[in-house]
Amino acid sequence: MRQHVRFYLGDRLHELEGISPSLTLLDWLREHQGRTGTKEGCNEGDCGACTVMVVRSEHDRLQWRAVNACIQFLWMLDGAQVFTVEDLAASDGILHPVQQAMVELHGSQCGFCTPGFVMSMAAHLRNGGALDDAAINAALAGNLCRCTGYAPIVRAMRRASELAGEQGDPFDAEETAIRARLGRLREDEPLDMMTAAGRISLPTDSATLAALYARNPSAVLVAGATDVGLWVTKQQRDFGHVIAVRTARDLNRMEQGPQGLWIGAAVTYTDAMAALIALLPEAQETLRRIGSTQVRNSATVCGNIGNASPIGDGPPLFIAAGAILHLRKGEARRCVCLEEYFLDYGRQDRQPGEFIEGVFVPTQPQNAVFRAYKVSKRFDQDISAVMGAFSLEFGRDGLIAQARLAFGGMAGVPRRAVAAERALIGRAWNSAARDAAMEAVREDFSPLSDMRGSAWYRTTITANLLSRFFEETAEGQQVCLEGWRTVVPGVARGTGL
Amino acid sequence: MSMVMNGRGEAAIVEGGVSRSLRHESARLHVTGGATYIDDIPAPANLLHVAPGLSMRAHARVVSLDLEAVRAFPGVVRVITAQDVPGDNQISPVHAGDEPLLAEGEVFYYGQLLFAVVAETRYAARRAARLAKVEYEDLPAILTLEEARNGAGELVGKSFLMSRGDAPEAVRAAPHTLSGRVVVGGQEQFYLEGQAAYALPGEEGEMRVFSSTQHPTETQHMVAHVLGLPANLVTVEVRRMGGGFGGKETQANAFACLAALAASLTGRPARLRLDRDDDMTITGKRHDFAIDYTVGFDNDGMVHGVDMVLAARCGWSADLSGPVTDRALFHADNAYYYPAVRLRSEPFRTNTQSNTAFRGFGGPQGIAAAERIMDEIAFATGLDPLDVRLRNTYDTASRNITPYHMTVEDAIAREVMEQLANDCDYRTRRDAARRFNRDSQTIRRGIALTPVKFGIAFTATHFNQAGALVHVYTDGSVQVNHGGTEMGQGLHTKMVQIAMREFGLREDRVRITATTTGKVPNTSATAASSGADLNGMAVLDAIRQIKFRLVSFAAGHWNVPEESVVFLPEGVRVGSALVSFTALVKAAYMARIQLSASGFYKTPKISWDAQTGRGRPFLYFAYGAACAEVSVDLLTGENRIERVDILHDAGQSLNPALDIGQVEGGFVQGAGWLTMEELVWDASGRLRTHAPSTYKIPACSDRPAIFNVRLLEQAPNREETIFRSKAVGEPPFVHGLAVLHALSDALASIDDYRSCPKLDAPATPEQILRTAERLKSRAAG
Repeated sequence: MRQHVRFYLGDRLHELEGISPSLTLLDWLREHQGRTGTKEGCNEGDCGACTVMVVRSEHDRLQWRAVNACIQFLWMLDGAQVFTVEDLAASDGILHPVQQAMVELHGSQCGFCTPGFVMSMAAHLRNGGALDDAAINAALAGNLCRCTGYAPIVRAMRRASELAGEQGDPFDAEETAIRARLGRLREDEPLDMMTAAGRISLPTDSATLAALYARNPSAVLVAGATDVGLWVTKQQRDFGHVIAVRTARDLNRMEQGPQGLWIGAAVTYTDAMAALIALLPEAQETLRRIGSTQVRNSATVCGNIGNASPIGDGPPLFIAAGAILHLRKGEARRCVCLEEYFLDYGRQDRQPGEFIEGVFVPTQPQNAVFRAYKVSKRFDQDISAVMGAFSLEFGRDGLIAQARLAFGGMAGVPRRAVAAERALIGRAWNSAARDAAMEAVREDFSPLSDMRGSAWYRTTITANLLSRFFEETAEGQQVCLEGWRTVVPGVARGTGL
Repeated sequence: MSMVMNGRGEAAIVEGGVSRSLRHESARLHVTGGATYIDDIPAPANLLHVAPGLSMRAHARVVSLDLEAVRAFPGVVRVITAQDVPGDNQISPVHAGDEPLLAEGEVFYYGQLLFAVVAETRYAARRAARLAKVEYEDLPAILTLEEARNGAGELVGKSFLMSRGDAPEAVRAAPHTLSGRVVVGGQEQFYLEGQAAYALPGEEGEMRVFSSTQHPTETQHMVAHVLGLPANLVTVEVRRMGGGFGGKETQANAFACLAALAASLTGRPARLRLDRDDDMTITGKRHDFAIDYTVGFDNDGMVHGVDMVLAARCGWSADLSGPVTDRALFHADNAYYYPAVRLRSEPFRTNTQSNTAFRGFGGPQGIAAAERIMDEIAFATGLDPLDVRLRNTYDTASRNITPYHMTVEDAIAREVMEQLANDCDYRTRRDAARRFNRDSQTIRRGIALTPVKFGIAFTATHFNQAGALVHVYTDGSVQVNHGGTEMGQGLHTKMVQIAMREFGLREDRVRITATTTGKVPNTSATAASSGADLNGMAVLDAIRQIKFRLVSFAAGHWNVPEESVVFLPEGVRVGSALVSFTALVKAAYMARIQLSASGFYKTPKISWDAQTGRGRPFLYFAYGAACAEVSVDLLTGENRIERVDILHDAGQSLNPALDIGQVEGGFVQGAGWLTMEELVWDASGRLRTHAPSTYKIPACSDRPAIFNVRLLEQAPNREETIFRSKAVGEPPFVHGLAVLHALSDALASIDDYRSCPKLDAPATPEQILRTAERLKSRAAG
């Protein structure tokens, strides 16, 4: 077993022994490496000031991902190459196109968020990201700026693309070298290291993972760390033993069949996005609003289920879609309907040593309608006050045969609105059925009042979202604010800056 | 020779000099990660880290404070409590004596500093800080403004009264009278760089403190005061802040003091950088206000009299709440003439964070009340809100006296509003929005155009002074120092531009250095939008002293008239010859001419008598107007800013690109304040929105989809400010109000524009939905 973590920072190889399982990439960069260009703004993955770019070789392609260094544990970088803001300019001082554009177009004021923006923009450029407003907004949703109002940064993103078109992206020339480096790291043996501070296990397949976790049920499973990262940075907890999920290669895959899509436990939202959108096209906007680019680049679909937050946006979506959860303990496997996994606040149907191996999201039937709505104080990168995902399946008689109305933010767990569903079954999807569902859904939940919304607000919009669902699916009127497009028939929008 | 000279040795415009869009002096450092903030200063080997221990009660007697587990945590070097303070444990910036640095037996809010842990690592300090065992005996707590107003709420300072004419009588005699209340929420500054300080102990008690502070002089005095040292032993330095917005005007002091205390008590360098959650839990924010207004007006929508009480939640200590609530009064007229007016402030003490400075300093809250009044009148009279606003703006010849008896000499608000309304097609778009709303059940459009008039100067007259120190070295390079601090606004860039213009030098010949109390003493906070106005004139004064000496020297040395010595981009013209700046400087040095000067400036014309509420507190006014169009979803209250047009008055701009940056950024920050930024405390007084996961500042997609920002052209300041520019830090923040009023306009469609929606702030989706429900029931009833 390998006893050290190996990765490249810039073009320098680091082989680290004895590191703490709780040491974050950000602290290591700033405090151990003196790379203070990467900033700590919030230490919880919400402000993006610590954004770095992580390159991995996946399926023979290089993946360039912006991630929040504050909630990446250092050992998670094993096998990767990390670039920080200090790596972008050439050694002769020539700025990267993103840097040059930010300087030219006054994209920085206080400068503290700037390194994070620069890294997000460089990753967007590297990935050939689109330059329309919606694409830039999505690429930068995980970076907060308090000074500029974002306008000059968006201009700089477009200018950077022009500059890269003229001068080329400096990383083009690096690709071969990076491939060679990452290739050398990939051939290495699995890692299981004991250190003074704890134990770090990076199993390379699910069987090893299952055996390890069954033997060590008190270990902490870590996939993308966008949630457990905060246990360390905010709750000041220290891990004894961590077992990585994302290193299990057979879990880092999806299987698309006529019946549906199986998503392995190591698959991030970013990697699953296209397949999920293909499966649930009506949920595109809601899927895009899960976390931010940096969060989706790390966070796994199954982790979003596994942490069982009452306000995670994935679970209601997948419950409405009829998802099945695949659990495994040692060699024993079982399946549960996703909604049955969430027993109560903080309590799930998961045994000690058992873990989520994957989730299966079925293809939606032809005779069904599906919609998802997320309501939050801020449009992007906010936790929902209410998340509603609805599916209705119609019988040959045209009546509602099956209803799945799932909500987040309304109870201690993501839950279906059973009374409202009952009010719909066997009825035509008309205004009377809508009214019955809107009435019944009030009985389904007794939500809390908190900083995201009062019980009154949650209850009211829960009913109103059903009304919107009706308008859109029964009456064919799509009238809503959708990102930057206010979808109102006949009203054109400007193109922005 | 301390006053500014007139155009002697005047330079031609140099590339990047004044009025040009020179990029930010640190832009290259920002984008490469090379810009150093407090926590980026390389750590010496024996550096200690400090973390605070906080009160977990809103108001309680501390029965016992057991710190054994804290001390026992591995790596902890010592724990500091109030008893360890060698000097005075008081850091009230207004010397109210109500702000202990560390609690002394009683805590007054959830988050108050109880003790500080000093440890070998930040990791150890932060973990140990959570291990204290504190026994409290709860005392009655007043958390909200409502509780303070209804109960025995005490004031943190004097209630201030400002009046002109007989307002109650004018209101009574007016054809129509309306009363109401507007509530506007608080706001977290959310500077991206949290509070941070680094203290380096020196000889015989000397203390050098690097602090992320907007007010190095005050930080210096607080550190000296707490350590029991004279000010001449303490030096405070700041190169740049990662944002301030007022949140580091006084709030940086406590952390500088704690770092210095740790350094002083251990003899080792010590650094403190707050975790974001601690920062938001400990530090003060923008004051929330509830403003009760009564207005008398006539059928033409003209105001006859205004009577207002402006109550603010100030938090547990006075801090700057007195001046903040005063300024709310100074701006409660915004751009409008009130023939008779009475304004009174009520700064209430509460058991919450001590609210403090934040861009606008109470002004935006006062302006929010003025704009609500305009809306009320518009709905009551059936006039377009823009027409009501235009009719009530100040005139120049008459109708030009403010509630504080200052004459408005330049009244250009109407002109600015009309130009903007015309440019952005306000009236056509307003008609279109109304037509749209007739046919749209769920989505409603709204549009509003609001002005800003913002008085420029510290209302405390003595703060309106500044110093600078300019050195010319014998290689012809120039170093500029001044008392202002850089927090992103581009102040240092503008100061460099002044030196470039005056000496005819390229940017790379002028170096700006960190702000330090060792070079320019007795400075004012970089606040009140005054940074460039004050420090620019002080820098100019210093430069012109040097130029005066150089011109005199050159004239004598080369035997030419003084008028023929001119500083040009290509060098210094001396008679018919051209001498390089470096050659001139070298020759002057050889002739023993002093090449360094300290500059000074005090704002002329201003005076203020707080006793009578009369005077000329401001040198001039900055103006602007914003037009916002929004869409609102009546099912959820969600909304989008579709388009914003802003026309803003920066005088003869020192740097149009930086000034437009201030306008764009100020607008988005203002819109955030009034829409999605909501502070929520629970019943125990604990702030629940203490991180970006729960407190939402605008993100990239929240900027307007169409965003047109222009500076007013051909508009030099009528006053003799630095190259006739105008202050630009705070005024554009107010433009966010156009969004609140556009949202209100959209909601007004619910009952066919028959009643004023009275939409309070923050207009979160929930607040909008509540207001919509109220209007729906009114429309139905």
